[in-house]
Amino acid sequence: MAAVANMPVSDLLKSFKLKTKQQELLIRVSILCLVYILAFITRLFSVLRYESMIHEFDPYFNYRTTLYLTQNGFYDFWNWFDYESWYPLGRIVGGTLYPGLMVTAALIYRILHFLRFAVHIREVCVLTAPFFASNTTLVAYFFGKEIWDTGAGLVAAILIAVCPGYISRSVAGSYDNEGVAIFALLFTFYLFVKAINTGSLAWSLASAFGYFYMVSAWGGYVFIINLIPLYVLVLLITGRYSMRLYVAYNCMYVLGMLLAMQIRFVGFQHVQSGEHMAAMGVFFLMQVFYFLDWVKHMLSDTKLFQAFLRITVTCAVAVGSIALGLGMLSGYISPWTGRFYSLLDPTYAKDHIPIIASVSEHQPTAWSSFMFDFHILLFLFPAGLYFCFKRLSDATIFIVMYGLTSMYFAGVMVRLILVATPAVCLISAIAVSATVKNLTVLLRSKNKGVQTGSTKGSSSSKASSKALLDQSQPFQKNGAIALLFGAFYLLSKYATHCTWVTSEAYSSPSIVLAARGAHGSRVIFDDYREAYFWLRQNTPPDAKVMSWWDYGYQITAMGNRTVIVDNNTWNNTHIATVGRAMSSYEDEAIEIMRSLDVDYVLVVFGGVTGYSSDDINKFLWMVRIGGGVFPVIKEPDYLVNGEYRVDKGAAPKMLNCLMYKLCYYRFGEMLTEYGKPPGYDRARGVEIGNKDIKLEHLEEAFTTSNWIVRIYKVKPPNNRW
Amino acid sequence: MEVPIRATGLLGFTFFSLLFFVCTSSPLHSLFISNAERRIDATSHIVKVYLTLKVENAGSTPTSEVLLAFPPTQVDHLATVEVLVTKGKRKKTTLVRLDVKPTELPDAPDGAKYFTIFLANPLNSGESTTLEVLYLFTHSLEPFPAEIGQSESQLVHYRDSALILSPYHIKQQTSFIKTPSRKVESFTRVEPTNHAGTEIKYGPYEDRPPYSFSPILIHFENNSPFPVVEELVREVEISHWGNLQVTEQYTLVHGGARHKGVFSRVDFQSRPTLSGASSLRHLLARLPPRVHSVYYRDEIGNISSSHLRTDSRKSELEIEPRYPLFGGWKATFVIGYGLPLQDFLFESSDDRRYLNFTFGCPLLETVVDKLTVKVVLPEGSKDPSAVVPFPVDQHLETKYSYLDVVGRTVVVMEKKNLVPVQNSHFQVYYTFKPIFMLAEPLMLASAFFLFFVACVAYLHIDLSIRK
Repeated sequence: MAAVANMPVSDLLKSFKLKTKQQELLIRVSILCLVYILAFITRLFSVLRYESMIHEFDPYFNYRTTLYLTQNGFYDFWNWFDYESWYPLGRIVGGTLYPGLMVTAALIYRILHFLRFAVHIREVCVLTAPFFASNTTLVAYFFGKEIWDTGAGLVAAILIAVCPGYISRSVAGSYDNEGVAIFALLFTFYLFVKAINTGSLAWSLASAFGYFYMVSAWGGYVFIINLIPLYVLVLLITGRYSMRLYVAYNCMYVLGMLLAMQIRFVGFQHVQSGEHMAAMGVFFLMQVFYFLDWVKHMLSDTKLFQAFLRITVTCAVAVGSIALGLGMLSGYISPWTGRFYSLLDPTYAKDHIPIIASVSEHQPTAWSSFMFDFHILLFLFPAGLYFCFKRLSDATIFIVMYGLTSMYFAGVMVRLILVATPAVCLISAIAVSATVKNLTVLLRSKNKGVQTGSTKGSSSSKASSKALLDQSQPFQKNGAIALLFGAFYLLSKYATHCTWVTSEAYSSPSIVLAARGAHGSRVIFDDYREAYFWLRQNTPPDAKVMSWWDYGYQITAMGNRTVIVDNNTWNNTHIATVGRAMSSYEDEAIEIMRSLDVDYVLVVFGGVTGYSSDDINKFLWMVRIGGGVFPVIKEPDYLVNGEYRVDKGAAPKMLNCLMYKLCYYRFGEMLTEYGKPPGYDRARGVEIGNKDIKLEHLEEAFTTSNWIVRIYKVKPPNNRW
Repeated sequence: MEVPIRATGLLGFTFFSLLFFVCTSSPLHSLFISNAERRIDATSHIVKVYLTLKVENAGSTPTSEVLLAFPPTQVDHLATVEVLVTKGKRKKTTLVRLDVKPTELPDAPDGAKYFTIFLANPLNSGESTTLEVLYLFTHSLEPFPAEIGQSESQLVHYRDSALILSPYHIKQQTSFIKTPSRKVESFTRVEPTNHAGTEIKYGPYEDRPPYSFSPILIHFENNSPFPVVEELVREVEISHWGNLQVTEQYTLVHGGARHKGVFSRVDFQSRPTLSGASSLRHLLARLPPRVHSVYYRDEIGNISSSHLRTDSRKSELEIEPRYPLFGGWKATFVIGYGLPLQDFLFESSDDRRYLNFTFGCPLLETVVDKLTVKVVLPEGSKDPSAVVPFPVDQHLETKYSYLDVVGRTVVVMEKKNLVPVQNSHFQVYYTFKPIFMLAEPLMLASAFFLFFVACVAYLHIDLSIRK
């Protein structure tokens, strides 16, 4: 009975037994599925720890516009003139944003609703970035496969799934352009490399569409449109010119350009601005190259060709430079923007554009943050470069160039670590994969040798055959095992580091602050939303709120009130006006505020809770930006011997300017810390210098429970009888 | 899709009241009230009036209905009227609730409005009975001054009549008005009037003819917050998989004296009794027992300041708005919770199912200006009908939720001016075949099946053009 029952089972097992190739496929697909899921769930720390909410500053604008898009449709969104920001100028939203993110989220929302999943648009927005991060891992796999092999692809997928440099911009709730843009960037590169490797028109067409999606999603597309021409130029110089390159680049550039010009925010900039000229130059160069190639093919005489070459090149260069010069002089080709300059010259922004320099994510990167964001990848990156140089091909040249240029930009600006991350992951993956492969090949060949030895004869002959083998091999085997363990250890360290960084550093929404209480319990400071919700419910619907530009997007999105300036820092003068009002005496500031129709003034103050990124700490930037446009504001007036202080020794102008008064109004009566005098500022650790603050034209309208946000109402002018 | 459905008994009621009208006019003057005592409780913003009437029939014919009269200004604020009568003798007394219906009389002086009490047993000539009447007024305390600063206390006006408005002769009557504190700024004197402690006593007055009226105005301190829910939408969603999901959307406003000028956090934090005494700091919601997955949020996210206490008989959710509500300040929020279905869904004798749930607002001491109750029935349920103990506006809607194809039927009931005592139960009857429960899982399963079939097909079919 038992034997009869056993027979079919073993048959079944046999029939289920897979071939090695199928096993490999199964393992690969399941690894990819697991990585896909891992990339998604590792970004959900913030949702589990706080709630499903939008983070930071810019995502609130994106959320607001997405909401508008889903409620009013695409055409209204495209033609949207927003009266609620930049009062009294307003903002042409449809023409001044990259709509890719919003359209993507709205599309996902529509599809889900079509499939009868009644989700809220906020959930879609919160989870867009993790979803695209998961997709990026797939792209990384295929990219790795294209430039090296499937093993490198798998490792790249795993590395990029948890890499903190990427997670920092793609956690759940960080609903920002970068969330989809990194996917689009890598996808465009992958398609372009595929197009170059195959010379297929279909792939280059796909890469043009990938580029279009990237342009619609993020201003970082400028990186693509400069890197690809640079890469093509390098290939031309190194003599790797081929028809495949010609087809791929021309198709991608021409179609990509036409498509990119459909985005209103880009429009004719794509053919007129200095940042895009490199691509156009390389495009013409390609035509000259092709023409020369053709002529060379037609002319058999090399001497004649040499002469022809000289004339053509001189003419082409002359025509090109004259066209460029004329374009520049006539203003048809706009010069480079400040942001572009500051990328090429890191010190440029500091001297010329304080508004760019004032943003912390535009600061040059410290070594520690490289270590923080890349961990072992920082060491694997050069190793990977070595492997790439050892096996040079069109694809590896591309990834090397991508890696080196993006690493340079990552050094210039903290936020550009994000752009470098995919390249670093891919190159490191090549290092890991190639090393592990070499080691395992060593181990496997050894095993085979032993196995063949054992099959040959008895145990005594086995020993003798072992002795016959190369003396260094046992040592080599042990070394290989040790190295494999070392690699395993490093990679597992990387995984734990990534998880730790994600949970500790990158999963805070920054709207809700959490701290440890006296008894170890978690204390939540929800003051921002308290204040914004108060504005939303208890002020007239057309009230104008003046605050520093950092909070503009949040006030319009959560408070639903008009703001004077916001995070879209397109008008420096307007921001400088607000900076000037904040740094003037109250009676001067009231004139500015009345001229801007300000009803409420909002300041952020961390003196009670010890929250350090408040307006007093940002104040010097207000002075600098205000002083950059209005020379009446001078930075030295606010400093004492070059030192910025708020206590008794502070500069008199500092103690009486509007920002100081609004932050510290009635703070002098407040006991913040046991054993310290009243009016002790916990964020700066000093007792404030001006405790007797009287407000003449403003009155306190609302202060949140932990004093983080304070709102003042501008009093109407007194009656003149 | 709005199909009006008729509340059961609505037609019968109109017919009844018409019938009544004809036969009320004669016993009107045969009844008189020998003794009336009225206690007005003005300690919170819902004014509660307890009226004890001893009604005697001096006529020759037995009568079974007694009229209550209200001035038109009060009728607009009247939320509920309840009449109880004591039955039995000595210690074995029980209270029996009597039917009360609004009535129109053609010759009502000065637009007075009436409610008719239907006695259980007709009152024979010479007999007397004692009626306990309870009625509640909302929005009847008018803040004066209408705007106050943060440190001022809230003073209100209360207007009423020293004499009880009645279509009958009242032999003897007394009124007591209870104020929340001893601080009474002024009150109209209609002798004999007496103010002692927190109580003002009007009367006793003897032998007052029908429709006697003597307006009084009391100006006193009332520092209790005035939580008014301007609009409340309660959505009860039935899932036959065992859950009842309730979502309540509130628009809360502090209906007291409007806040004027500065809001100072220093004063509010350091002197909580003096500063912002009438501000609304927290609310208590009484939820059914065994409540789970409670949330409290608003348009911009979760509100972290809430506490839930549960025991076997009830659950209490204490919520704090994001900011203390001063007079005139608003806050909108959503409370949602899940409940076990078996506590609320039953099968009736005729094979139908019915949901038995409370109608009103779970927040204590809160006036609801407009309440909408939506009962979302599971997809595939038929013939919905609602039974509500008081008249409401009803219609049907359709809602699409997760994986719905035809949509769910929603029974919508609307009522204005509601107070917590009216948190009585309502029932929604419907028929539902349990087989419909499997529709959605089957749909999902088949979708996955098709997906895998498509994958298998894709892997086995060669789609390349070249061979």
